[in-house]
Amino acid sequence: MIYLELFLTFFKIGLFTFGGGYAMLPLVTEEVLSHGWLSGELLVDFVAIAESTPGPFAINLATFVGTEVGGIFGAICSTIGAVLPSFIIILIVAKVYGAFQKSKAVRGVMSGLKPASVGLIASAVLTIGQSALFATGITVATFQTPALYISLGIFAVTAVMVFKKVHPIIVIVISALLGIAFGYIFAL
Amino acid sequence: MQKGDNNTNMNRKEKKSGPRLWLELFLTFFKIGLFTFGGGYAMIPLIQRETVVRKKWVSEDDIVEIIAIAESTPGPISVNASTFIGTRTAGFFGALFATLGLVLPSFGIIFGLTFVLDAFGELQPVRYAFIGVRAGVLALVLKAFVSMLKKCPRKAVSYGIALGAFILVAFAKINAVFVLLGSALLGLAHYLIERKILDKKEDE
Repeated sequence: MIYLELFLTFFKIGLFTFGGGYAMLPLVTEEVLSHGWLSGELLVDFVAIAESTPGPFAINLATFVGTEVGGIFGAICSTIGAVLPSFIIILIVAKVYGAFQKSKAVRGVMSGLKPASVGLIASAVLTIGQSALFATGITVATFQTPALYISLGIFAVTAVMVFKKVHPIIVIVISALLGIAFGYIFAL
Repeated sequence: MQKGDNNTNMNRKEKKSGPRLWLELFLTFFKIGLFTFGGGYAMIPLIQRETVVRKKWVSEDDIVEIIAIAESTPGPISVNASTFIGTRTAGFFGALFATLGLVLPSFGIIFGLTFVLDAFGELQPVRYAFIGVRAGVLALVLKAFVSMLKKCPRKAVSYGIALGAFILVAFAKINAVFVLLGSALLGLAHYLIERKILDKKEDE
């Protein structure tokens, strides 16, 4: 039952999302690849789309995977799955939030989860780096074709822009234009 | 709906209630969902402007607290904040309509885009564009990593947990769920032990 599977998978992802969108990437990658729902490259392409469209990253991702796998009903199931843990937990916390904020247990748990999400984002950097630079695998041939160096060049340019606080959408648009220009020049 | 005893008169002003308030919550969060790119932290200023300054659903102090809680509960920060503000303003249905409003623009836009991507994704210029875009996304995620690392408490335990989580997920291919659960337990144990030592020192 694909709809139930989508719902449960994104429920789990919603439940274990801490520290914002990118921290959930390793979990999404793992789930999506192990179910055989999407390829790794398509997922990275979609991260770019989620970054350049409005709305929460997690919701964009859930809707996208749901649509790809199971059409409109797939999208509904995965999106509800992603939202439901938040919804239920906040309804409960909203009633007891004074106690929640003062709770030693919550503080202790958060002191573990915050750094863990840093580690998870580092892992996402690695996964995305692999599909951005070494999509065809790391072989001698990879280093002899222009594709790797073009990607590295675009990465260098966009990294400078990102750290100079250029808006993410502009970064994505420029990286796309550079990709098109170099793609045609070198006939990749 | 439960209201804290120490709440000031913020909930007592004469206001719309029932379905009209639900609709207003829905429309406000629809707007927030439609006009914020990049999710999460990018949404906070708009949420603040709409719900504190314009609609006066929550007070300046409350919103700071609500965002702190939204950050420390699972799930997307903006979804957490919309559910929270919804329930505080109009109970369960308030939460339902606020959250629905926030999610709906994303849902519609992405649902439509998926078909565009399926139709044009194989075209040569689109393929080239995505070669560039992947490199651009790498830069964006790297930036996210650097900012999160800067926010991480400068303690050996924190860096240890971060490094451990990275190695376990990236190389040992351990499921991120287990890594998060383990980190939570480790953080809790460390916090409680630290407190105990501090309390003892105070006693002496």
